[in-house]
Amino acid sequence: MRALQRFTVAAATGLLALLGAGHQASAQLKIGAVLSVTGPASFLGDPEKKTLEIYVDEINAKGGVNGQKLQLVVYDDAGSADNARTFATRLVEEDKIVAMVGGSTTGATLAMIPVFEEANIPFISLAGAIQIIEPVRKWVFKTPHTDKMACEKIFADLKSRNLMTIALISGTDAFGKSMHDQCVAVAPKAGITIALEESYGPRDSDMTPQLTNIRNKAGVQAVVNPGFGQGPAIVTRNYSQLGIKLPLYQSHGVASKQFIELAGPAAEGVRLPAAAILIPDKLPNSDPQKPVVVNYSRTYQQKSGQAVSTFGGHAYDGLMILVEAMQRAKSADKAKVRDEIERTKGYIGTGGIVNMSPTDHMGLDLSAFHMLEIKSGDWTLVPGT
Amino acid sequence: MAELLQFAFSGLTVGAIYALVALGFTLIYKASDIINFAQGEFVMLGGMTTVFAALAGVPLPLAALIAIIVTTAVGLALHRFAIEPARDASPVALIMITIGASIFLRGVAQIVFDKRFHSLPPLFDANPIQFGGAAILPQSLVVLAGATVIVTMLWLFIDRTLFGKAVIATAANRLAARLIGIDTRRIVDFSFAISAAIGAIAGVLITPIALTSYDAGTLLALKGFAAAMLGGIGSAPGAVAGGLLLGMIEALSAGYLSSNYKDAVAFLIILVVLVAIPQGLFGRAKVERV
Repeated sequence: MRALQRFTVAAATGLLALLGAGHQASAQLKIGAVLSVTGPASFLGDPEKKTLEIYVDEINAKGGVNGQKLQLVVYDDAGSADNARTFATRLVEEDKIVAMVGGSTTGATLAMIPVFEEANIPFISLAGAIQIIEPVRKWVFKTPHTDKMACEKIFADLKSRNLMTIALISGTDAFGKSMHDQCVAVAPKAGITIALEESYGPRDSDMTPQLTNIRNKAGVQAVVNPGFGQGPAIVTRNYSQLGIKLPLYQSHGVASKQFIELAGPAAEGVRLPAAAILIPDKLPNSDPQKPVVVNYSRTYQQKSGQAVSTFGGHAYDGLMILVEAMQRAKSADKAKVRDEIERTKGYIGTGGIVNMSPTDHMGLDLSAFHMLEIKSGDWTLVPGT
Repeated sequence: MAELLQFAFSGLTVGAIYALVALGFTLIYKASDIINFAQGEFVMLGGMTTVFAALAGVPLPLAALIAIIVTTAVGLALHRFAIEPARDASPVALIMITIGASIFLRGVAQIVFDKRFHSLPPLFDANPIQFGGAAILPQSLVVLAGATVIVTMLWLFIDRTLFGKAVIATAANRLAARLIGIDTRRIVDFSFAISAAIGAIAGVLITPIALTSYDAGTLLALKGFAAAMLGGIGSAPGAVAGGLLLGMIEALSAGYLSSNYKDAVAFLIILVVLVAIPQGLFGRAKVERV
């Protein structure tokens, strides 16, 4: 009996030693992520986390990066920038990560930047604001397109239709405000005159007074509505209720099927800029992004059971840019990986084609957006965009 | 002229929505001195339950009926399980409980339903009625008619039935009411149930215009409460007048002043009115007999 016990103990010890050895042989590359998985920004963090998990598993199943397996360390900041900063410090000091993907919101990203800049760790943010990469910081990159690009895309389309005088009606929520400011800032350079600016609260249920003023303003040739959530749908309904015939532009903030459902027949003829990922089946076969977005959509839908969003796509791009940089650097050395991220050229992602440089840590141009028009209750691609 | 008419139509649309929400505050306040901050959630539940019942294939009128029944049950449960056990607490503490209940209901709705925006088809035509160069949706008139019907029913009920008198007696002095044989618990139960039903009807009627989502109740309750205070809380005609007035002020200041400051202008006017007439436009001044 005692012999048997001794044998068991010995066997167990041996097994443990073996396991330990095995563990050491394939030391893992730790990649950190602080995401808003719960809380008010969970619509960002939730698909981002799922995307990272799906693709880290897939990369590991194929043997990892440079022969080393990836290990993902995710913390949930629940939408708070304070939490994000605490977790960032923990990722650096305790988890000893080699690189960082994430920061779902602009607030969380800006709070974490000093931590990773000081620790010299490459940091790819998934948040929108242009302040993250302007001014350029050595260790900080980002994947999502900016509001400014959406404004420029809309203005380019307006110019091609020779509509140079517009009115803005913007939501007073964070998204509407930020995009409004960017549009006002880039309008002069694009040669667009903003004749009238109106606004509405994010929860308002009727915008006809504002739209009446726009209708009565002489010289207005088109209307642009930077906004998010239900506001743009109500603006679109009121617009047709008042019988306004000027072209109406919405923002990328409402580029989802839900907008068409809520706005109903009033949405006919509305134009808006959107990323390729929202319209995989509408892209022509010649589009270089088509295989990437079709693949990502299929994988994400299969593994998570949810509809694809732009935000999960940003996480996919962040992870892939990092992995490709590590492969080119042939090591996980932080400084070498950083240099290689900055040298990313022609990476075809869900958000567009990325060409980074020492002065551009996002690397997207206006081709990242496609101009869509709503026809018979569905998206159609405006030719030549 | 056409533009003034359009602003007035907008004020009417928004005002009718506020009026319907404000009406929900009336009865509970009358019966128990509680301002029920979960009233906005009743409105949300009315809209969301109808949407989801309709999505499940239930015909729309039946879906609306289910929503009203479900919300009434929630109103009853709110009273039985949260307000009644704390009945000896001060009204302020009870109001805090209703705020807690509103947060709870919002959380549950987020899980049971979803986080997206939803709409319902309008009762009649979706095409606007053109009048004097301005346009108004038929649904706005439906909301207004709904508010009128509810005010009339409330008035008939409170002033013309024995049960209504019992509600007034309960509000005036609960102990005295009990002494003359009124089952005050049942009265307050009833006021919560009817207020929830009014909220649900509001939700069904306004969703085609204002859309709905799990968190739609918060701001509706705030605006509805402001309207009720302006009209004189506890007065049903006051709630409607307050709602319409608030809607008009917002629409006119958005049209003629600046859309950025329309909420600020509206609340400034409410402040001025309440400083001048603290009991609100239609409220009765409280007289304490010593």
